[in-house]
Amino acid sequence: MLQRIYDWIDDRIDVTPLWRDVADHEVPEHVNPGYHFSAFVYCFGGLTFFTVVIQILSGMFLTMYYVPDIVNAHASVEYLQTDVAFGMIVRGMHHWGASVVIVMVFLHTLRVFFTGSYKKPREINWVVGVLLFFIILGLGFTGYLLPWDMKAYFATQVGLEIAESVPVVGDLISNLLAGGEFIGAQTLTRFFAIHVFFLPGALLGLIAIHFIMIRKQGISGPL
Amino acid sequence: MEKNHNVSRRQFLTYALLGTGGFMAAGLIMPMVRFGVDPILQADAEEDMIDVAGVDELTDVPQAFDMEYEQDHGWHVEQVTETVWMFLDGEEVVALSPTCTHLGCTVSWGTDADNPEQFFCPCHFGRFERDGTNVPGTPPTEPLHRYDHDVRDGRVLLGNPSPQV
Repeated sequence: MLQRIYDWIDDRIDVTPLWRDVADHEVPEHVNPGYHFSAFVYCFGGLTFFTVVIQILSGMFLTMYYVPDIVNAHASVEYLQTDVAFGMIVRGMHHWGASVVIVMVFLHTLRVFFTGSYKKPREINWVVGVLLFFIILGLGFTGYLLPWDMKAYFATQVGLEIAESVPVVGDLISNLLAGGEFIGAQTLTRFFAIHVFFLPGALLGLIAIHFIMIRKQGISGPL
Repeated sequence: MEKNHNVSRRQFLTYALLGTGGFMAAGLIMPMVRFGVDPILQADAEEDMIDVAGVDELTDVPQAFDMEYEQDHGWHVEQVTETVWMFLDGEEVVALSPTCTHLGCTVSWGTDADNPEQFFCPCHFGRFERDGTNVPGTPPTEPLHRYDHDVRDGRVLLGNPSPQV
């Protein structure tokens, strides 16, 4: 049955080469843990992507209940956490996953650094990777405010003070981020928009570039 | 006819990987799906009878009464005011839902100049008789829903509206 559905589609739009290209792509021996156990360090990029996928999925589900409004934000988070089935688990995935992504990005970066994979011809990929790192930190920062509790408020307060410490344009950056001079309703909707639209959009675009480059250039050679 | 059921190493690996991968993917996806579909699996709220009006306020002519109750929106509780059309059919209290059975607009009594003794829906000109029966040839396909009711100490208490047929 499934085979016939697959064949019907494949007859028309020839999907086999598309997934074959991904699934049958061979990786070099030095990144295969079957040959060298230490090759596990080459998993961190994939693990980062995997946790990012979990973040996107769990985040999409959380928006079914979350409202970015100062009156209801905290109440809606409390509701989805305590009253909705598996709410604690789905929010837990998103909450803990946020830390896991940052840890994985960090380990991936260390691997790239210590294997010298940032050197010519892969400098552009390193730059894109650093941008991705900043975007992920931005996602962490903007996500922190959304539960609208005390921790959220003061974490954002600290973040905005750091932004203010930038010479000359500090106040402008802080006001732009907060949507005004204090943390309020405008800050919450802004952070929500940045967290679910702007940064994920940029993230997906840069991840695509990152992946196309790794396929074009291949994994760097053994040490 | 004993056939050879040996599983090749490649097949075994495929099954093992697909099985383990599927199990892990299900472990991730299942909580999220259950989380998302939670509203359709919630038990319906228990029916509370709501005090709407005194029997002595009712007449032979349908009048609109306000039915007030709290509606639970999950993280927000709203005070809802719903309109009910009530009248006396002899001794019997009749409480009709104002929701048109065509597509859900709201009907009023006697607002159609040509049919002053009927309920009228302005959206698609649906009409209903005084007892809620839909007028043939107009859009609604069934009579107005009737509230379950109870009379206690001269007060009318209403439950949920249910279809008349």
